[in-house]
Amino acid sequence: MTTLKSLLLRREAGILVMIVLFCFAVGLYKPQFLTYDYLRIILMLTPLLMIAAMGQMLVLVARHVDVSMGSMVGLSAMVTGMMFRDMPDIPWQLGFVVAVGTGALLGLVNGALVTVFKLPAIIVTLGTLNLYRGLTFIISDARQVDRQFIPTELKAMSQPSALFGIPSIVFVAFAIALLAYLFTMHTRVGRQIFALGSNPIAAPLRGIKVTQLTLLVFTIAGALSGLAGILYASRWGFVNPSNTGAGFEFQVIAAVVIGGVSINGGVGSALGVVLGVLLMGCVSAALPLLGIPGSAQNAIYGSVIIIALVIDRSVRQQGIVSLRRVRA
Amino acid sequence: MSTAGPLIAARGISKSFAGVEVLRDVDLDLQPGEIHALLGENGAGKSTFAKILAGVHRPTRGTIALAGEPVEVPNPVAAQKLGITLIHQEPISFPDLSVAENLVLGRSEDGWWGRVPWAQMTREARRYMDLLGVDIDVTRPMRGLSIADQQMVEIARALASDSRLIIMDEPTAPLTPREVETLFTIARRLRDEGRTIIFISHRLEEVRALCDRVTIFRDGNRIATEAIGALTDADIIRLMIGRPFKQYLHKDKTHIGDVALRVDRLSLAGVFQDISFEVRKGEIVGLGGLVGAGRTDVARAIFGVAPATSGTIYVNEQPVSITDPSEAIALGLAFVPEDRAVAGIFRTLSVAENITAAVPAQIAPAGFIRRGIEKAMASESVKRLSIRLASLRQPIGELSGGNQQKAILARWLLTDPSVLILDEPTRGIDIGVKAEFYDMIGDLAASGRAILLISSELPELLALCDRVLVMSEGRLTADIPRADATQELIMSAAVPRSAAFEGVAA
Repeated sequence: MTTLKSLLLRREAGILVMIVLFCFAVGLYKPQFLTYDYLRIILMLTPLLMIAAMGQMLVLVARHVDVSMGSMVGLSAMVTGMMFRDMPDIPWQLGFVVAVGTGALLGLVNGALVTVFKLPAIIVTLGTLNLYRGLTFIISDARQVDRQFIPTELKAMSQPSALFGIPSIVFVAFAIALLAYLFTMHTRVGRQIFALGSNPIAAPLRGIKVTQLTLLVFTIAGALSGLAGILYASRWGFVNPSNTGAGFEFQVIAAVVIGGVSINGGVGSALGVVLGVLLMGCVSAALPLLGIPGSAQNAIYGSVIIIALVIDRSVRQQGIVSLRRVRA
Repeated sequence: MSTAGPLIAARGISKSFAGVEVLRDVDLDLQPGEIHALLGENGAGKSTFAKILAGVHRPTRGTIALAGEPVEVPNPVAAQKLGITLIHQEPISFPDLSVAENLVLGRSEDGWWGRVPWAQMTREARRYMDLLGVDIDVTRPMRGLSIADQQMVEIARALASDSRLIIMDEPTAPLTPREVETLFTIARRLRDEGRTIIFISHRLEEVRALCDRVTIFRDGNRIATEAIGALTDADIIRLMIGRPFKQYLHKDKTHIGDVALRVDRLSLAGVFQDISFEVRKGEIVGLGGLVGAGRTDVARAIFGVAPATSGTIYVNEQPVSITDPSEAIALGLAFVPEDRAVAGIFRTLSVAENITAAVPAQIAPAGFIRRGIEKAMASESVKRLSIRLASLRQPIGELSGGNQQKAILARWLLTDPSVLILDEPTRGIDIGVKAEFYDMIGDLAASGRAILLISSELPELLALCDRVLVMSEGRLTADIPRADATQELIMSAAVPRSAAFEGVAA
């Protein structure tokens, strides 16, 4: 495992170093950033991102992209929230089934459009980003599902738990990350996703079922968006047709790309994505502390995506150059 | 392997692509424990035949029997299951996955949700590498492995699936002499284990050193199958090229003037070395050789697309520096590239825009494009080259291949070039348009332009050129005046006699 592992470790170690450096830099100005309270704040900022990022990782590894995640979060949260409002007697746990199921269905539609019509994923999901957001407005009559309709048990998941005062949605997120790790590293289908993204032309020649695999990654991405959707309701206590999930896809893509997942497919790890998400969490937590207005957040995320892409490209470029050198 | 009969018995194998028959009723038996060479010119059908055996293509007609049993080979996965592995020249692999994963990927016995047995996989991969006697860390990613090592991984994959037939499609072209030696040692060992190896190569020396029998293809037919000892090099070359000679009109003798283009010891590391030649006004100089000999690279270097690293280019006997195509155009050079779909046309733009693309200053005298001038220039060209189209505003992608090619030629003629480089100008266009092209090229030379014609078609070179240069493996190997040029002479200069390989044998 020497070279492969050391390469991955180097990438992941790099993100870890970035996190440490960033936290120390902020800590120099604002020492309270380095306290346990702020760690809790950071952890609180990351669960939704981490869950969706695991789905986005799979899509990117397969050499596609899903920019509709924000709207899938919004629509599944709205469907679930309306069910809570209109059918107050059903068990609250059923909300998870509905949210994940709705998300999976939306993701399947994305995957079907990409595979059946051979359309580029970025265009398909750009379309469904608007389509799903529009549907959210239509089914909700543009009305918010208010706090009193969200089950107390669900909201409690985002409150400090008995375990170190950390809310249980954080544990849900880390559990999903662990599952993603097992899926990508220890199942054949997981490795086939990497093979597909690494060389889509060769994949069918080795008996890899490209269509099914593509449908699978988009469906998982949708299902995880659905999970993030119901946890949004837990975290914020309401579902709003225009706010819930809006702009979320870009944070997700930023976190995943920072985490070392290549937009050219075939490369990525759950651990890297976890670190990428934590770095995003640190940035989000630090901004208000440093007095940077919330309105600047989008600009920051945008810059972070571009910086991560530049790093990704230069790492790849070096790989290609060394390949050429070997050949010559 | 215990069966006495042939391992593979192919009968009546034919293959058509889009109505064009590229393989015609090929019968061939491959014995267990032999290394069998497939030889032929580019496009003779040898690779197509090999790919049919490996399930990459399906035959239009014909049957394949494996150890006496008739089999279907619908796809490469099925081929692998039958014990047939095709090793590509530049192996198709998954660069981001580890060597060990590349070895086992596609073995489907454990299904989608099976666990990945990393430790066992790594152990197994190490065992195959040891078996082959190569030192490759199986846990590193494929990316960054040398081509030779990637081929070794493919061979290991063939062993892992216990392949009885291993097809190597021009495996040695990208290898160094030492790597070739290793490959041959392993190939011989596999043969001695009773496996069959198909070896496709242009290098006769290698075929002689390695193979037991040889089959020669020409124009989609199997011409001969012989023990390698029964044929001389001259026999093989004669069998490879002895196609019915197509008669084209020889161009009229034109007045040949001063030197228009001269290159002196042009080199690009690893691609071509020490290329020196000249082209005179009114002269058509052919540049022949096999695909991959570096001909196109020389043309691209002269035109500044991928400049040479050393050597000098002279235009009208003045040394010039060309680092960008725009400089080449300004010096009166024009280059019609080989792959028009990739490097030539702007597919979605109109014919008129495509034709006038190289002369922006003429169609936009004041910085804005004057559609009137554009249209006038384009329709003049269309008339002169008799380009068949529905409308000048039609996207060029809708024209036939030959007419697209004419439009590109028209584009460069508008720049009034003094030196015209044509790279395989008649590839993939039908015979009628070809004849028109030959007339046109002759006329262009007659009007005093210097023409460098890259072509893989020997009759084309013989019919059109005043001189034929031949390249082989990045070097000029012959400069044949028209009077002496024959297909045999060109071909024997084009087939690598591989000084590099002799280095191994020594």
